[in-house]
Amino acid sequence: MSAHRPRLVVVGNGMAGARFLEELLRLAPERYELAVFGAEAAGNYNRILLSPVLSGEKQAADIITHPPAWYARHGIALYADDPVIAIDRSARLVTTLGGRSEHYDHLVLATGSRPFLPPIQGLDLPGVQCFRTLADVGAMIEAARSHRRAVVIGGGLLGLEAAHGLIRRGMDVTLIHLCPVLMERQLDAHAASLLQRSLETRGLRLILPAQTQALLGDTRVRAVRLTDGRELPADLVVIAAGIVPETQLARAAGLACERGVIVDDVLLTSDPAISAIGECAQHRKQCYGLVAPLYQQARVCAARLAGDAGARYAGSVVSTKLKVTGIEVFSAGEFNGGEGCQTIVLRDPRRGIYKKLVLREQRLVGAVLYGDIRDGAWYARLMQSGENLQRMRSRLVFGQRYAEAKAEAA
Amino acid sequence: MRTTCPYCGVGCGLVAEARDGQAVRIAGDPEHPANRGRLCVKGAALPETLGLEGRLLHPILRTRTHGERRVGWDEALDFVAKGFLHALAEHGPESVAFYVSGQLLTEDYYVANKLMKGYFGAANIDTNSRLCMSSAVAGHVRAFGEDVVPVAYEDLERAELIVLVGSNTAWCHPVLFQRIAAAKRERPELQVVVIDPRRTATVEIADLHLPIRPGTDVMLFNGLLSWLHQHGVADTAFLAAHTTGLEAALAVAEQSAGSLAHVARHCGIGEESLRRFYALFARSEKAITAFSMGVNQSTRGTDKVNAIINCHLLTGRIGKPGAGPFSLTGQPNAMGGREVGGLANQLAAHLRLDDPAHRALVQTFWNSPRIAQRPGLKAVELFEAVHAGRIKVLWVMATNPVVSLPDADRVRAALARCPLVVVSEVVRDTDTARLAHVLLPAAGWGERDGTVTNSERRISRQRPFLPLPGEARPDWWIVSRLAQRMGFDSAFAYSNAYEIFLEHARLSAYRNGHGPGEVFRHFNLGALAALTRDQYDRLEPIRWPCPAVGQGHEPFAAGHYAHADGRARLVAVWPHAPAHATDDDYPLVLNSGRVRDQWHTMTRTGKSPRLAQHTAEPYVEIHPHDALLWGVRAGGLARVSTRWGAAVLRVAVSADIARRQLFVPIHWNGETASDARIGALVNPAVDPISGEPEFKHTPARIEPFFVDWYGFVLARRPLAAFAPRAVADAGLVWWTKVQGEDCLRYEIAGRGAPPDWSGWAQALLGVGLEGEWLEVSDAAEGLYRAAWIEDARPRGSLYLAPRPEDLPPRAFPAALFAQQRLAEHERIALLAGRPTEGPADAGPIVCACFGVGRKTILGAVREGCNSVEALGARLQCGTNCGSCIPELKALLVTQRALHLSSLATEGTP
Repeated sequence: MSAHRPRLVVVGNGMAGARFLEELLRLAPERYELAVFGAEAAGNYNRILLSPVLSGEKQAADIITHPPAWYARHGIALYADDPVIAIDRSARLVTTLGGRSEHYDHLVLATGSRPFLPPIQGLDLPGVQCFRTLADVGAMIEAARSHRRAVVIGGGLLGLEAAHGLIRRGMDVTLIHLCPVLMERQLDAHAASLLQRSLETRGLRLILPAQTQALLGDTRVRAVRLTDGRELPADLVVIAAGIVPETQLARAAGLACERGVIVDDVLLTSDPAISAIGECAQHRKQCYGLVAPLYQQARVCAARLAGDAGARYAGSVVSTKLKVTGIEVFSAGEFNGGEGCQTIVLRDPRRGIYKKLVLREQRLVGAVLYGDIRDGAWYARLMQSGENLQRMRSRLVFGQRYAEAKAEAA
Repeated sequence: MRTTCPYCGVGCGLVAEARDGQAVRIAGDPEHPANRGRLCVKGAALPETLGLEGRLLHPILRTRTHGERRVGWDEALDFVAKGFLHALAEHGPESVAFYVSGQLLTEDYYVANKLMKGYFGAANIDTNSRLCMSSAVAGHVRAFGEDVVPVAYEDLERAELIVLVGSNTAWCHPVLFQRIAAAKRERPELQVVVIDPRRTATVEIADLHLPIRPGTDVMLFNGLLSWLHQHGVADTAFLAAHTTGLEAALAVAEQSAGSLAHVARHCGIGEESLRRFYALFARSEKAITAFSMGVNQSTRGTDKVNAIINCHLLTGRIGKPGAGPFSLTGQPNAMGGREVGGLANQLAAHLRLDDPAHRALVQTFWNSPRIAQRPGLKAVELFEAVHAGRIKVLWVMATNPVVSLPDADRVRAALARCPLVVVSEVVRDTDTARLAHVLLPAAGWGERDGTVTNSERRISRQRPFLPLPGEARPDWWIVSRLAQRMGFDSAFAYSNAYEIFLEHARLSAYRNGHGPGEVFRHFNLGALAALTRDQYDRLEPIRWPCPAVGQGHEPFAAGHYAHADGRARLVAVWPHAPAHATDDDYPLVLNSGRVRDQWHTMTRTGKSPRLAQHTAEPYVEIHPHDALLWGVRAGGLARVSTRWGAAVLRVAVSADIARRQLFVPIHWNGETASDARIGALVNPAVDPISGEPEFKHTPARIEPFFVDWYGFVLARRPLAAFAPRAVADAGLVWWTKVQGEDCLRYEIAGRGAPPDWSGWAQALLGVGLEGEWLEVSDAAEGLYRAAWIEDARPRGSLYLAPRPEDLPPRAFPAALFAQQRLAEHERIALLAGRPTEGPADAGPIVCACFGVGRKTILGAVREGCNSVEALGARLQCGTNCGSCIPELKALLVTQRALHLSSLATEGTP
């Protein structure tokens, strides 16, 4: 029977690819002959936990989720460290950098994303580093051992976690950010200012707004020059200016792409023999860079390929948490509000607690939590469910325990 | 120390224990015949009301030239003496007045009455008892020739039928109610009939409730008189031997209420219930008709009393065990005040102003330079005379007429224009004290020494067990020292209450008899006229008359009444409508009364957190249909207005009140609420005989009082923003103050929104630089809450919402003020205004994605989740980002180890 099983090939051995395999094995372990191609060495790890590895709160081994043995145990052919470089859709063949060709009956693209690199000189200097892979983290840890000064470019989630990790590794860290507020994609101005104050008290030097003009150095990076002429000495520069979906392969194969590879509600690309999931995919004009939607996509895609014709993906409400020890930040949805929105705000400044909920027509559409994120997941669920919150509105901001208690009696 | 309760006319005996000058325990006195150890909640809460905060502790003088200043007693009394002397000299004795109180002790009352009637030579001394039971007094005098209450409490236990008329005994005389309830438990055949337009708490024990239309009591009892006569229940022998007036009374009764159907229709009750009541009364030889304010507080109060007494006289059910008409007195010493003659239409010791022989008797006994020649002004007229400028000096003792009198705004205006207002008080700030030129600090309950007489004519001692605070002095001392300064030295040279009591007792027995030169009064304390100081101090509760030692008796047992012919009078009384009828503009009847746990104007009971729990706020009770009709809703605010004034009250919707009626409690005032001084709404019409106002019947209307938000404030200390006059500046349109255990609560409401809630709230709470300010706002919904925490303790908090039902319950956040230190989760609980199981119970968060705590996880492990996958399936933890999976694994290991070690321990022998 195995000889007649359809061949399913997964391109990309990141979190989306691994979760997809898990889901598929759970639903239909025998249905496909499986093969996985990955650009990184060895098995699969939890990319989200790179930050704690960098900060030393976790070890690299702690975050390995799927060692090569796992693939072997489930009869999956794993081709690590050998990225696919071409897809021949008419022949249903993939070709790798190492020259390997594999036939597929169905192909799942899970190529993820790559760091966005700003158009500046000096990116190729030694000591200039992205923050994306376990290898990147290894290089940063290594640099921290022998060098003192680090500059992180980018004040988003990734940049802040990188800066935090490097401080924990004993470096003097300066973070520069293009916007006047940190994490502007996730935080409103008030929460951002609380965050900024908190980071500064932890020894992070922040320069914002500031734009990088060039990275200076000869044999190794030596300084960062800003457009205003300032030069910041640096032995290590971490570029964390954002990510872009990795669509090169798909584009070359002629699949419909915009920012990401366009998929429909069953996660099929413009070629019905090819699905795409995770950060490389663009669903309903939306590309996601967070883990929850990626898992949801993996589940739907696996379900469909396991034979569930009804499985649909309808998009995700995303929420963000900053993984900087001692700083609790949560953000989700339309946290800045807008037309037709109403906000509920709670402030406990001495305790550094700030909560803002954004509602539209009695439905939760956004939230920023700072200092106490206990109820973040619950708010995210309320946003996803879109339920009418009128009856608990006066208690909503106090969290689930209050809001779901019986109605207040006078 | 054994003493007597300062509240209602039941006059319960108490045992008070004090330590370090503070009352530590109050218990019922098991030896006292009024209560035999029982106690109501007001009595039990007495220790909470004795604190010195808010007390007036030294004399204060307010003059135009010097403003307000503290003065010594000499200066204060000189000032008052000069004022009285000047007015007496310039304008005559009727230009001065005392307005005194049923809260005074008999000795205080006696001295004030003596000064006014024997030394000033006028009778302008009236009392707040005028508002309470003067109709009963007038009815007694008309029927019996003397103000004698012919029933004892133990008669309640002997009765076959107790009719409670216009009396919410359960709330207003709780210990008597307990006695009735106990009697009924013991003898279920005891029948209780409650006659009251409202379905009050008293109705709970009633076999029959007759919710008659307000003011139809005379019709009801005329009907009864007629029915009893028609059914041959009259005691003809008794009538012939001991009464007059039967024919006239019966004729009027027949004519006005001769038909059951007519009476039933007029009273608004069913014919069947009416017949049941009449038949019950007819067959109950031992019948007591107990009545209080629902009868007395009426422009026909005296007629109502006589209509009741008529029925007892017709059936001879008076002066016999278990039978009689029984006036339940409102105040602790209303009866004592009547005994000394402390009313404008009485002289002293049950002697009459309008009889020259009586006047001569008293003047001789007092050896006074003058004696009042004619009745003085009764309370309502008295303040009218003040308003008209005829009274130049007014001394108010131990009462708060700006709150309690009808048309109280006019009373306030009257005081404001009176040249000299003296107020002797225990409380520093009352609505009345604010208008005083001289404030004299009086001794309060627990500090004073003397006697009171309760509703059953029982004299009991009030004994001091606390030191006199500050410069406070007993009222008798204040009056006597003033009298001495005015030149009446020897007649007021009292050095204690004992000397005064002996004089009072001697006067009661003075020429008391049927001989030549004598005037008979049942009121005779001859047995007490020679008490030693020690005997006075140890005096056991004793009922009068007690003309000689061992000679106590029921005054009417022998059928002898105090009229000259020795006969009681049946009085012909016509039913009349209340003075002011409802009309299109004021279609509802406003009724007023007490609530269970407050007393009068709350100057003392308002201090007790426990007493605030029963009814925290002033309210207006309305029938559900009327609430719909007039557009007011439960929990919201309504404006109740009459032709005389208006109040804004919380709406309580209840079917216990009939259609077209409103009920409001009388207690709140300018110190405790913005708009709840009910006296201002009450019409000033009075009974032509007793002068008692019609508190139970004022035409009124009700309308919603629109506000944009409701709220409440909790504060550890009183807030300056709620001082009178400051409130408008605070942007509030309505407020009420409620005493809590560890904080004060202010219920508030307002219109519009300040541009900056935060700044507004901080100003209201008086937030300084110290402490922390937490807040939550939902501007679109109009929800705002804030908390002020200092050193981890709540200092204040505030909650606002556009609808009252969106506010949290009050008890929980108020209880947080008791804490020395707020736990972390309680900070938010204070803002939220409600408890949770407490986040601490879930333990520190392990799975941040799904907010799953350590304790929750350990609980699941104990219940059998033995892998990360099992935990994920059950609690979702670790199923999103997976960051917590290592911790989950560690917890599984820990729990397993604990489990193994516990097994090992169990295995150890």
